[in-house]
Amino acid sequence: MDRRNFLSMSGLGIAGLMIPFGNVIAAEDLLAPLDVAKKKAWADAALNAARAAGASYCDVRVGRYLRQFVVTRENKVQNVVNSESTGIGVRVLVDGAWGFAATNQLGTDGAAKAAQQAAAIARANARIITAKVQLAKTPGVGEVSWKTPIRKNAMEVPIKDKAELLLGVNAAALGAGASFVTSTLFSVNEQKYFASTDGSYIDQDVHRIWAPMTVTAIDKASGKFRTRQGLSSPRGLGYEYLDGAASGKTVLPCGVTVYGDSYDMREDAVAAARHAQQKLTATSVKPGKYDLVLDPSHTWLTIHESIGHPLELDRVLGYEANYAGTSFATLDKRENGFKYGAERVNVFADKTQVGSLGAVGYDDEGVKTKRWDLIKNGVLVDYQTIRDQAHILGKTESDGCCYADSWSSVQFQRMANVSLAPGKDKLSVADLVKDVENGIYIVGDGSFSIDQQRYNAQFGGQVFFEIKNGKVTGMLEDVAYQIRTPEFWNSCAAICDDKDYRLGGSFFDGKGQPGQVSAVSHGSSTARFNGVNVINTARKLG
Amino acid sequence: MSIFTEAQSKAILDKVVALSKADETSARLTGAIEGNIRFALNNISTSGVVSDVSLAVQVSFGKRVGMATINEFDDAALERVVRRAEDLARLAPENPEFMPIIDKQSYKPSPTFAAATAAIDPEFRAKVAADSIGPCREAKLTAAGFLEDGQSFVAFANSKGNFGYQTATSFNYTCTVRTDDGRGSGWVGRDLTDAGSFKAESDIRIAMRKATESAEAKALEPGKYTVILEPHAAAGLISFMMNFFDARQADEGRSFLSKKGGGNKLGEQVYDPRVNLIADPWDPRAPVMPWDVEGMPREKMPIVENGKVAALNYSRYWAQKQGKRAVGAPGNLIMAGGDKTTAELVKGTQKGILVTRTWYIRMVDPQTVLLTGLTRDGTFYIENGQIKHPIKNFRFNESPVIMLNNIEELGRPVRVAGDESTLVMMIPPMKLRDFTFTSLSDAV
Repeated sequence: MDRRNFLSMSGLGIAGLMIPFGNVIAAEDLLAPLDVAKKKAWADAALNAARAAGASYCDVRVGRYLRQFVVTRENKVQNVVNSESTGIGVRVLVDGAWGFAATNQLGTDGAAKAAQQAAAIARANARIITAKVQLAKTPGVGEVSWKTPIRKNAMEVPIKDKAELLLGVNAAALGAGASFVTSTLFSVNEQKYFASTDGSYIDQDVHRIWAPMTVTAIDKASGKFRTRQGLSSPRGLGYEYLDGAASGKTVLPCGVTVYGDSYDMREDAVAAARHAQQKLTATSVKPGKYDLVLDPSHTWLTIHESIGHPLELDRVLGYEANYAGTSFATLDKRENGFKYGAERVNVFADKTQVGSLGAVGYDDEGVKTKRWDLIKNGVLVDYQTIRDQAHILGKTESDGCCYADSWSSVQFQRMANVSLAPGKDKLSVADLVKDVENGIYIVGDGSFSIDQQRYNAQFGGQVFFEIKNGKVTGMLEDVAYQIRTPEFWNSCAAICDDKDYRLGGSFFDGKGQPGQVSAVSHGSSTARFNGVNVINTARKLG
Repeated sequence: MSIFTEAQSKAILDKVVALSKADETSARLTGAIEGNIRFALNNISTSGVVSDVSLAVQVSFGKRVGMATINEFDDAALERVVRRAEDLARLAPENPEFMPIIDKQSYKPSPTFAAATAAIDPEFRAKVAADSIGPCREAKLTAAGFLEDGQSFVAFANSKGNFGYQTATSFNYTCTVRTDDGRGSGWVGRDLTDAGSFKAESDIRIAMRKATESAEAKALEPGKYTVILEPHAAAGLISFMMNFFDARQADEGRSFLSKKGGGNKLGEQVYDPRVNLIADPWDPRAPVMPWDVEGMPREKMPIVENGKVAALNYSRYWAQKQGKRAVGAPGNLIMAGGDKTTAELVKGTQKGILVTRTWYIRMVDPQTVLLTGLTRDGTFYIENGQIKHPIKNFRFNESPVIMLNNIEELGRPVRVAGDESTLVMMIPPMKLRDFTFTSLSDAV
């Protein structure tokens, strides 16, 4: 997770001349796609050059990455940026070694030259490596296309409308008593063309949207300040996500309104202002063991850190040891039927789920995406793999987890949407809460930190409520819980049914050296975890 | 070629300023050649070179601002980028916090460039990987590491006649060494401007020793302990805290540097009197550009002096509003210390814990800058001035503000780079009392 970089970026004034993600363009330029025939011609030039240079395999990615940010605080539009980054990345396999080169020179010459450079690097690497790359077979699919099923392209909505929406949201928060408010609209369109020597020409049009917000309340007399962030999620949806449809809303037993496939930003801003003020005087939590009731707006991050990352095969094998770390979920644990969680815990990876951040038709090495099980009835059964890892697990095909964050980055293993399956038996959130004697209800994601093997984690949240004898009694503050991953998932005592299933996620899952980001969603229904260690995070400064 | 000379840069920037029909124009030209090599499981995994150069043009009509960028530099391209910026400015909403471009400045050059670093080639990188992997293979240890080096330039000009140009080099090497049974792990990191003296074959011994010596870790109860933080372990906490030295946040009442009832804590005693932090772009141990991203000249200045807050970061807008003088935002952080090495601090410690590295540090409560994170890659128990045995890793929940009030002793500062900070830092090893560990981690 690399949210800090985003936050620092979104706070930049234009005067800083810092350009995120490529060249700045006019809004109308966001709507002009590259011609598919041209992309195919460039890709063919690279494929032919790679074959001529002795490559046994080559893939070409022609990428056009478009992003738009509208950043506001209180009654001001602080920044509007439309950015574009377009280029060609070529990866080749020569003598069993990978080579990669990228160029922003669009055309057959630039593409062919990149392929030759990649082949030269691969040949040099081939002299040093001790194990040759073994690539799982992937059938060529010919000329195909895939598009995120959106109803309203966010790039087509005028900036004026977006600025008005955000300034209206800010005004609503201030009207409800907020001291400060920042809100941002972040729209993404990745036009990704993939071609390989396997005979695939895949044209994909990927759309994502995110509308984060932070509301601050200040008590000047005591010097205390508290924030509440918006309860939206970044999603693989169009501008329709911001319609605020009633069908997207759920009022929880703790009184908080949470959102599914449609977000009412203005309503949430008012709630956030009230929550931020309530947090100033809420009861400070008594540390100890509690049964936790976790809303999906919170649980996604716990799933991400304690299941998604440890089941990435490259981490398990040691390729990420110097940065993000390795994994406690070693290969022997899969062989020995490691009990990752309670029997009711079923976790699946899915790159096809509509509305999720990770949804695409094919990955960045031409593999058709799918859904598969990682934890079945509490037992570890599988990992996430790419083409050159499949053989390590005895698989004949990749799981489709290979992605790059730009045409200029080399693709490598990235996390699929990893989600906790809803409970099989009918169970509403109200019914789940009424059985809890001494618990804490957590909504929204907050502070997060986990060790380099994914054992010990600590999570905060946005709002916390005490549950006593099945009833929500009042707001708590200064709450964080600490877990040891297997104990935590084995303490899962109840999971609501599929009516409560919702997605959370991140635009900025950071990994690799040099670092790359990836967008990923995690779904769950409200779940209960028994006897979790809760600490009090209040401190006093001199 | 992505490194333009001063004359080449000035010619391009002058053309841009002359082409503009806007009220005000500024332009910034940046370029870099960056190389890297990554290895894991005692094998090279990826390597590459990326070179890029980009021109950003910002213009304004009244309070309306537009910006455009381009990576072509012929006359037609320069005209195109200027017109695009002008078009965007005409469409932009008025920025109520608009500030005019800065006046002509004079910048004192800082020693940010080293020829030895700029000369690094693929063979050098391959040798660094080989010199890291070789000794590990022999010792039945496993190395995973990364080297990223680069040379770059920045040039900027504006319609008030301001101009700046400087080149820089960077070099950052990290390596994690693990025992083959996965029970021990050690780390080494080196951040340099001049890589001339760098020797992977000697640095790798630090990580190898920590990996071997951390293998038989015993569990210690979480709680408050006297700790010695190596400079790398302390840097992550201190650099995180520096994000909250913003004057506007403090004045608005949402910072640990806000005062009850309003105002900020400028001039107040917030830390132990031995805490002295300065910014100095010309410090040869940790040089940075003599200007910030807006071209505002940086100054050598105290940030914390004898434990009192001596400076907060004022943006140009906030400085004007508050009647303060804006200076360039610091690019480095020099913390004063003593003469002792980490090993000498250990010698003078009756009972305590040596933390060699911290990891995954995140904010828990901005009110007190309470941070959580973990120890990693070698944590040791100290008794009677000696390292007795390795201990299992801990999670900490600690505020750097509280930590810098609990100082027992500071050692000799060394240059470090934070995992998640752009600050170039000189940080001493530090002996601190009552550092709060809240749980054990099984991670190695």
